[in-house]
Amino acid sequence: MSCVQTIRDYGLRSLGYGERLLPRADYDLCQQFTLIGSGLIWNLYFAVLALGMGFVLANGLAVAKTSRSAMLRMPAEAFIFVFRGSPLFIQFFIAYEALVLLPRAGIEVMGLTLQTSWLTRAWAGALIVLTLNTAAYSAQIFHGALMSVPKGDVEAADAYGLTGWARFRRVIWPTMMRLAWPSYTNEAIFLFHATTLVYFSGFPAFQQKGDALYYASYFADRTFNPFVAYPIAAAYFIVATLALIWLFGRVNRRLNRHLPGADKRLRYRPQLVR
Amino acid sequence: MFSYCTDPSSLEGLVWLSCYLTSGTHLLFYASFGTVLLLLALTAPVALVLGYGGAMASRSRIVPLRLFGKVYTSMVRGVPDIIFFLFVPIALDQGFEWVRHQVLCDSDLPVWQGNDFVVCPAAKLPLNSAAPWVHDAYGIFLAVIAFSVVFGAFAANVLYGAMQAVPRAQLETAEAYGMTPRQVNRRVLVPQMWTYALPGLSNLWMILIKATPLLFLLGVEDVVYWARELGGSKTSAFAYPHPDWRLYYFLALLVFYLLMTWISGRVLDRVTRRLSRGQATMGGEAQRKGAVA
Repeated sequence: MSCVQTIRDYGLRSLGYGERLLPRADYDLCQQFTLIGSGLIWNLYFAVLALGMGFVLANGLAVAKTSRSAMLRMPAEAFIFVFRGSPLFIQFFIAYEALVLLPRAGIEVMGLTLQTSWLTRAWAGALIVLTLNTAAYSAQIFHGALMSVPKGDVEAADAYGLTGWARFRRVIWPTMMRLAWPSYTNEAIFLFHATTLVYFSGFPAFQQKGDALYYASYFADRTFNPFVAYPIAAAYFIVATLALIWLFGRVNRRLNRHLPGADKRLRYRPQLVR
Repeated sequence: MFSYCTDPSSLEGLVWLSCYLTSGTHLLFYASFGTVLLLLALTAPVALVLGYGGAMASRSRIVPLRLFGKVYTSMVRGVPDIIFFLFVPIALDQGFEWVRHQVLCDSDLPVWQGNDFVVCPAAKLPLNSAAPWVHDAYGIFLAVIAFSVVFGAFAANVLYGAMQAVPRAQLETAEAYGMTPRQVNRRVLVPQMWTYALPGLSNLWMILIKATPLLFLLGVEDVVYWARELGGSKTSAFAYPHPDWRLYYFLALLVFYLLMTWISGRVLDRVTRRLSRGQATMGGEAQRKGAVA
């Protein structure tokens, strides 16, 4: 079987298209590259959607955490404490067990039957957990940045007569993003890497539709050879991580474009925030 | 455990619960928390040593050594740690068995036969005849190495940054006093770097705590394993039948981890304050001013 045929059969296998059966014997390099690459679609899906929704939620949480009203501040702090203080792996298990307990037939709300079974599927359930998790970590980063917005910036906004929402949107928020961005890049990388945990943590890979690491461990288990499949998965992740760093670097340059020396290439300093 | 527990089916309420929670398998569950703490206690020092080695290697003047250090410190940036957790134990296991196969077996057969990895019985690790606890200990040993390699690379990142952050003037002063590079390292660089390394290392400790449930993926009978095992619904064939309680077991684990990170956070805050005393940093300066006022 030629490699083109393999790609045609397995290129979208992780989404359920193409050949139904996974290869069972004579595993060649082409199959491993194709299937693991096909699984990467799920990692990208989880990372992009969780980061996107988590970003919005994190902004709300960061602002709520600075609120003077305890009604807003306390829930935000509790949320951040729980999701930052416990392992993501345990969060996946809890979410899965809790979602399984929902009534099978759906919930009756005002005559309408809300279906619940889709929530136990990885594409929805794991996405919710990843979103909440990254929201908590990002909220902590954004809160730290919000606290270090220079006082002079806010006073200048006051002097221009900007108040309330306009002041936040046009002065405080851009500065907060600028300060938080290097740490947020780091968080994005961590979250992207954490997506490999989904299919190892309770959420079943329905019809063997899994992510990159799911297929990598499938091959490693079948061939008793970890030296091929795992390096392939690692190579995919290195390329994707470099792309992510490049993308976030572009955003960073745009956020800092008004500052002297911003046109210089930004040096990425890896740091640990998680 | 208690004398009244001999016939669980006749018990009810709190008495039933007290017997249920002290059954043999539950005692194993409680002991598995010890496994988690043991992993933490073994991994942290080993990872710190590996990290120190990695950081020193990436500062080395010898090019191959520096290259090795750079690759080691940056590998965890691009590759998910879970890949390492899956890869390192099996790769190590096969490495050990391959070496033993070369030494102990007198067969000329290759270890790779098709899709099988075959060594002679004498080269198996642990031996088929070994006691069960040897198998468990070997599994934990591989897990500790896997965790140490990954967290050593994280620690190397942190320590390398901390070494770069020690003010250049301090090192130059030491050189001006005629110290050799080795003396500069030992007397100035290493004692001074800790205050810069501590925020990163505290973070790392938190990540390490939160990575311990991944022991489950390595096949160790850890807290997650027992939570799934004990929580699953038990029919009346069991001494203590109950429906699916896994959610409650996992909530107990959640509380355990929240406590661990919360206590660690408090302790690390104190250490940070202690270490920044007398340092020419913002934290040290704030303490000095606070003492004067």
